[in-house]
Amino acid sequence: MKIDEKTNQAPVDNRESVTFGTDRNKDFSKEPLCLSGKDVTRIFQTGKTTTTAVDHVNFEFHKGELISIVGESGSGKTTLSKMLLGLLEPSSGEIFYRGEPRDISTGAKKRQYWKGIQAIFQDPFSSYNVFHKIDNVLLDCINMRGGRNLSKDEKFAMMTEACSFVNLKFAELTNKYPFELSGGQMQRLMIARIFLLKPEILLADEPTSMIDACSRATILDMLLNLRNETGMTVIFITHDIGLAYYISDSIYIMEHGKFVESGKAEEVILNPKAPYTKRLISDVPKIHEPWDLSTVG
Amino acid sequence: MAKKMLEVRQLTTKYITRHGEDVYSVDHVSLDIEEGKSLGIAGESGCGKSTLALSLMGYYFPPLHYTSGDIIVDGKNISGLDPDVVRKTVLGSDVAYIPQAAMNALNPTRKVGKFIEDVIRAHELPMDSKQIREMAEQRFALLGLPVEALDKYSVELSGGMRQRVVIAVSTILNPKVLIADEPSSALDVTSQKMVIKMMKDMMAQGLVKSMIFITHELPLLYNVTDDIMVMYAGQIVERGSAHEMVFDPIHPYSRGLMNSILVPEEGTRDVKLTAIPGTPPNLKHPPAGCRFADRCRYATNACKFNQMPIIDIGGGRQYRCGMSVEQLREVYASEN
Amino acid sequence: MKSTLRNIFHSPRFMVGFIIFMVMVLTVLIYPYFITRDPLVSLGKGFLEPGTYFSIYDANNASTYRMELPEATMNRLETSLPLADRQLILDFLKAKGADLSDLDTSNDKVGELIEAWTANYDEADVKASKYEGFTTQAKRRALARLNTKLSSSASSDVMTITRGDGEEATTSSISDTDYARVDQVANAITLPLGTDNFGRDTLTELVKATGVSLIIGLIAGSIATLLGLLVGLLAGYIGGIVDDILMFIANIFTVIPGFVLLILIYYSVGQESRGVVTCAVVIGLTSWVWTARSVRSQVISLRNRDHVNLSKLSGHSLFRIVTTDILPYIASYVVMAFILQVSSGILAEAQLSLLGLGPKTTDVPTLGLMMNWAKLFGAYTSSNAWWAYFPVILVIALTSFSLNLMNTGLDQVFNPTLRD
Repeated sequence: MKIDEKTNQAPVDNRESVTFGTDRNKDFSKEPLCLSGKDVTRIFQTGKTTTTAVDHVNFEFHKGELISIVGESGSGKTTLSKMLLGLLEPSSGEIFYRGEPRDISTGAKKRQYWKGIQAIFQDPFSSYNVFHKIDNVLLDCINMRGGRNLSKDEKFAMMTEACSFVNLKFAELTNKYPFELSGGQMQRLMIARIFLLKPEILLADEPTSMIDACSRATILDMLLNLRNETGMTVIFITHDIGLAYYISDSIYIMEHGKFVESGKAEEVILNPKAPYTKRLISDVPKIHEPWDLSTVG
Repeated sequence: MAKKMLEVRQLTTKYITRHGEDVYSVDHVSLDIEEGKSLGIAGESGCGKSTLALSLMGYYFPPLHYTSGDIIVDGKNISGLDPDVVRKTVLGSDVAYIPQAAMNALNPTRKVGKFIEDVIRAHELPMDSKQIREMAEQRFALLGLPVEALDKYSVELSGGMRQRVVIAVSTILNPKVLIADEPSSALDVTSQKMVIKMMKDMMAQGLVKSMIFITHELPLLYNVTDDIMVMYAGQIVERGSAHEMVFDPIHPYSRGLMNSILVPEEGTRDVKLTAIPGTPPNLKHPPAGCRFADRCRYATNACKFNQMPIIDIGGGRQYRCGMSVEQLREVYASEN
Repeated sequence: MKSTLRNIFHSPRFMVGFIIFMVMVLTVLIYPYFITRDPLVSLGKGFLEPGTYFSIYDANNASTYRMELPEATMNRLETSLPLADRQLILDFLKAKGADLSDLDTSNDKVGELIEAWTANYDEADVKASKYEGFTTQAKRRALARLNTKLSSSASSDVMTITRGDGEEATTSSISDTDYARVDQVANAITLPLGTDNFGRDTLTELVKATGVSLIIGLIAGSIATLLGLLVGLLAGYIGGIVDDILMFIANIFTVIPGFVLLILIYYSVGQESRGVVTCAVVIGLTSWVWTARSVRSQVISLRNRDHVNLSKLSGHSLFRIVTTDILPYIASYVVMAFILQVSSGILAEAQLSLLGLGPKTTDVPTLGLMMNWAKLFGAYTSSNAWWAYFPVILVIALTSFSLNLMNTGLDQVFNPTLRD
């Protein structure tokens, strides 16, 4: 950090804190449907054993909503997220996009769909092609948004803007490789990518689980800022029920491929109905209420 | 006053990198734990908490090297002992260490019972197979673990069960200090709770005389240990009782950490979640002054050049900052 | 990229392998500029030992120098008195009852042996069959012949050479003190590794064979690697039915022992149409399977990596994803597989040729063919011509060793868990 010569004082960082632009208890059920599914199922078959990773799940995600899908490892949440992204076909059931059955049967239709839905993955270290410079990642987004013919300066300005949105300096990043950044910086750059793409839906698959708790707020804040700015729908996949409660409007609890409970965050967490949800909440250590250890054997 | 089980005085250890540079990951750390008490260590990844756990064993292997300081376990100084002596006479009986991936420590080709035999044999105790078996059965029964598990292979056990078995095996010689480095982070919440319950049982029954618990999950630490110590860049920045540390942190770094806690409880949706900008310093070239100064909102010019001593304010509370407790509390109050 | 290259060239294993390999390649490239002779031209007849040969005819025409070496007579005796003769002298002396202490057949005792002979030999006594063991006529004659030989070698002598025929003949004489300089002999040749059974210079042949074998290895290795890479990429990335079909074919190749397949193909192709390239192509076509399998498994694990998913979400084409998001990640592995394929290609050729299934024998030598010839003409057994096969074995071993060393060196660089 540089020291200001005139005042002989270090510039004080603004504390980065999470700000929610929208009303925390807004009712999204009146908003138009964005993504919904009916009896979506995915079965994996290896040899003679079949595994039902996702089992007849139904969901309705509304425009602008922040939805959390909470589940432990092996609950099928990653499989579901791949199906939502169109990277994996459901074995049965149907996914609806803007109320219409989703058609991604051809390459062109897929590309069109992916203009509307984008993702941030859990592990920033495996999200980048290590052989490509950071500039490539961002240029790709500009090209995808039809900015292929923009001048070099315009592209540079766009990339600078995207980086400054996530508090990174593009001038310092240009010509660098992803592995020269820290995990937090990489994940912020992923958000910058979404900033350039401005998709209708963002699927965030455990974007903070590999990041230290104290940098987590930064990432969340940026995600929420981006959502406030673009009004996009965010599907947040996580195993951390505390985090899900904090950020989301609605929560879907997933166990063994099924949604066992869903609803508004306040309701699901403070007034759980399903035994699994109750257990999950009681098993998480808390700080205001006592943590009852007698519930386990 | 209760007996001190572990006393650490100015312990310094370093890593020697491939290029021969010294990295002091544990820098003049002093701490003590009384009998029957537990201490939690918190901090970001790379702050030296895992290295501290390794260093406290007194058993060093490259690239970690002992530099200076004392580790006194129940009156016996174990620092600077020959590694072979430490392995045979200290590990297991005085100090037990459980790493994060401990559940992978079980030998997949041996039944659990046989594995316990191997472990005991390595300590060269005068016991035959039958005695070891009896001891293991008693311990399993005491900790509420199914005795049948002794006749199973590790792959037949669930992750949570494996972790509990490993902890039971590591503490079978009733160590005076148990050092657990993220023992439950790789498990789902229910298994985590079972592991924690067993560890608390062991403390309550006196099977383990004192415990150091390391994790980055603060709500967990709050529920497990009596005291919490926050580390930053190889140094202790604050220590206090778990309740004080979570609800009334003094050091700006601890405060930053505590502000990042998220739990599914009523009211937590409305708190302000804050982050500490920046990343911890590279310990190859530690800052000249306060190590946190670069990320601290309250840092003055002097902070960057003056090393901060650790200040003991009584009641088991220590912190490392140039500002007084009153000054800090005043600043914090003005923000809310 | 730069730092990887630097690491590679700082790896001692890789460097040792690389240097050995480059020395071989450079020798193969440079040698023909110095020795321009056709490597398959026959210089003589049968296995000739390594050494310098010069024309005795031309030596006569070279300028003569007079030299009197003190040890000349002794040297002459040493080379002209074979072991059998020395033993004969010993036997004779024993039969006569002479003092045999400190006499044996070694070179430095030849002088004393001859002295003892001259002192004890008496033609009349021999003729009279006075000595036990020398009573038959054959034995007696052998003694007489030996005596003549010894007395002529020991004395200063002049050799007379007659040139031309009839009346035109001129004679010249050569004394045992006449010397010629090897450089001035019109025809002299040094054969460091002698000749093979066809009288071909083994060294020149070996250098050429090394080159040809390397080419076979490179062609076979390239085909195997490219084919394996293509099959592995398609099977791994596309998956599904494509994967099933390709892996079915690969399994068939795995089940049939590759070497047996090679023998059958080689045999059916027939020797006349088996050129070097054909041989290499056949080796390549039968050894792609394991490259394909390992590329496939790596691609499968890469396919599920998030950067590939992101690339798909960015709307990139399959070709682009495979070439930019998958290939670079497995490139280091493919390079290593290629090196091993080259090595095994060279070995496969050697094995096949040894069995007589190598390339057409009239065109070029290969390392395997040289082994085959050595075997056919008894270099291993009757002729004891080590120079005809041992250097070939050494070159095969060195090639294989250097390539494998390069491979493990690369492995250490690319695979951080193997670093010390």
